[in-house]
Amino acid sequence: MATKEELKQRIEAALPGARAEVSGDDGHHFEAVVVAPQFEGLSRIAQHRLVYDVFAGELGGRIHALSLQTKVPARTSP
Amino acid sequence: MSDETNPLREEIKKAIAENEVILFMKGTPDQPMCGYSARTAAALQALGAPFAAVDILPDPRIRQELSALSNWPTIPQLFVKGELIGGADIVAEMYESGELAEVLGIEQPDGGAPAEAPAAPSQDGARLSIDNRLD
Repeated sequence: MATKEELKQRIEAALPGARAEVSGDDGHHFEAVVVAPQFEGLSRIAQHRLVYDVFAGELGGRIHALSLQTKVPARTSP
Repeated sequence: MSDETNPLREEIKKAIAENEVILFMKGTPDQPMCGYSARTAAALQALGAPFAAVDILPDPRIRQELSALSNWPTIPQLFVKGELIGGADIVAEMYESGELAEVLGIEQPDGGAPAEAPAAPSQDGARLSIDNRLD
């Protein structure tokens, strides 16, 4: 069983500077909103792949589903 | 992974090449077997977009080969003109923003007739069962 805390930690560890909010309590289905500087300039497909790659081989198996929303961080004003 | 020719992978490639809009899903558009697949098929149907659908459940190798080919781990997967557009989340986002209709080259709902239907694929004897939706 996976936990939302585990997913959050792994996403944030793999994408330094990222913030992930993960929900899902059944151990198999999760939803994540990920804000990461690495997404800048990437297509949605490429953004999602960056997150999926964190769980390579586990999606569809141990983690049945990870619903994703990816965002580029808002630029901080000076 | 072997270097031998892989007939199933070739068949999947062919299906993607021959169908302008093709959705790989669990179940069929009429009987989806997973909520994510259901939502993605529903978005296409809501736009009145003609699309081919492949049920990946009958043979687990379809999913393996598809994911290896597309570098995308989950189902559903929507391809338009040979390009992976995305899975359930991306398709839902694009549907809501109007980008999906744009990519499909059709008008948003209530905006006229749907685009012309893709040519029916000839899949005689193929192991991929392609369900052509001409809504």
